[in-house]
Amino acid sequence: MPVTRGFLGKRRASRPDRLPPGQYDTGSSWPTLTAEATPDLDVERWQMTVDGLVEQPHSWSWREAHALPSSTYFGDIHCVTTWSKFDMTFTGVSVDTLLEVARPKPEARFVMAHSTTGYTTNLPLEDLTGGKAWVVWEVDGKPLPRGHGGPVRLLVPHLYFWKSAKWVTRLELMERDRPGFWEQNGYHDRGDPWLEQRYQGDP
Amino acid sequence: MTAAAAGGAPAGDWTTGTIIELDHPTDRLVRLRFHVEDRVDHLPGQHYVVRLRAPDDYTAQRSYSIASDPDDPLLELMVECLPGGEVSGFLHDVAEVGDVLELRGPIGGWFVWEGDVPAVAIAGGSGVVPLVAMARYARRMGLQDQLRIIAVARTWDDLPYAAELEKYGAFIALTRQNLGDRVAAPPYPEEVVPLVAGAERGYVCGSVGFASYATRLLGEAGLRTDTIRVEQFGETG
Repeated sequence: MPVTRGFLGKRRASRPDRLPPGQYDTGSSWPTLTAEATPDLDVERWQMTVDGLVEQPHSWSWREAHALPSSTYFGDIHCVTTWSKFDMTFTGVSVDTLLEVARPKPEARFVMAHSTTGYTTNLPLEDLTGGKAWVVWEVDGKPLPRGHGGPVRLLVPHLYFWKSAKWVTRLELMERDRPGFWEQNGYHDRGDPWLEQRYQGDP
Repeated sequence: MTAAAAGGAPAGDWTTGTIIELDHPTDRLVRLRFHVEDRVDHLPGQHYVVRLRAPDDYTAQRSYSIASDPDDPLLELMVECLPGGEVSGFLHDVAEVGDVLELRGPIGGWFVWEGDVPAVAIAGGSGVVPLVAMARYARRMGLQDQLRIIAVARTWDDLPYAAELEKYGAFIALTRQNLGDRVAAPPYPEEVVPLVAGAERGYVCGSVGFASYATRLLGEAGLRTDTIRVEQFGETG
């Protein structure tokens, strides 16, 4: 591809090793991107459900979810709209903890994450296990703001952030992959920022 | 090279575009019209990614909504210059007619309107750009009665395509400047209710703050919020 006449670039990362290709460091700001009206989620009525191809479908209330062993992610997040944000701290519960209760069946290979809004996103099950994914309600020690998916969202920080479904309420385990909301609208089924898997058709 | 998205919206791969026309409608806006190599026709509401490449292969890329009708032989983008904006600043201050830029698009299958349902669309400031593509499409197809547009801005100069939107019949609400006999104010519910009547889908485009305000406004005017499609940009504090 051609060099752009007159462009030198000014936002070179101070830590390029932590910036996937095509991303920039957004610094202290945290942009939001949402496709639907932001809901008022009532935690008294919210439940986190794990079902589909599991031995023991299970739902946790807000209180029950908070009684599970808490788990914290410290690190970076990457949005497909090209910003990355370093050194975030999210606290909630590891998806591993939920799956230990529900026990995926051997044929389960993919997961559809569902939000209270009807938003969906699909992920390979192996991207949600092994300490790589969380259901979180705190960011940097404070309750997760509504615009950022509060009071509760999925967090899968090693993939582009649209996979980290805001207002998550259900993980549905599946044998076959099927496209979620953005994935039906042209975005990648896996979304690894280091492979720059932004859109359908990317490697 | 094309790849159709699963949802049926067209999607294009990386290509290049040559700037054929470039002008600055206001101090903060630049309008760019490209000839795109191997262009894939878009739907009104879709966007393109513009990627700039430095001599050492450093790149910066941003998404911009398409303003042009799919029927337009050129692809039109209207870019607002953001403070410190790496890509928008380049497009404003450095880009010239004849420059070749990397482009990717069209992208996005959600914030699109194909004239298939009666809709109401509301945008704030530079958020009107995708609505302009919808309006141009509606005019060409004779579907103006299927798409009502509400454009909100501080002043006339803060509203890209203001004259064209007015001609289309958009309801324009300026919040810091009187317009005709309308005193500066955000849209009043009684101004919005008749525009929402009969609409089966809503489109909201603007900053994060505007999007949440406008979504509430449409909801209070009687639109079902689960029919509202939102495209928002910018940052929260």
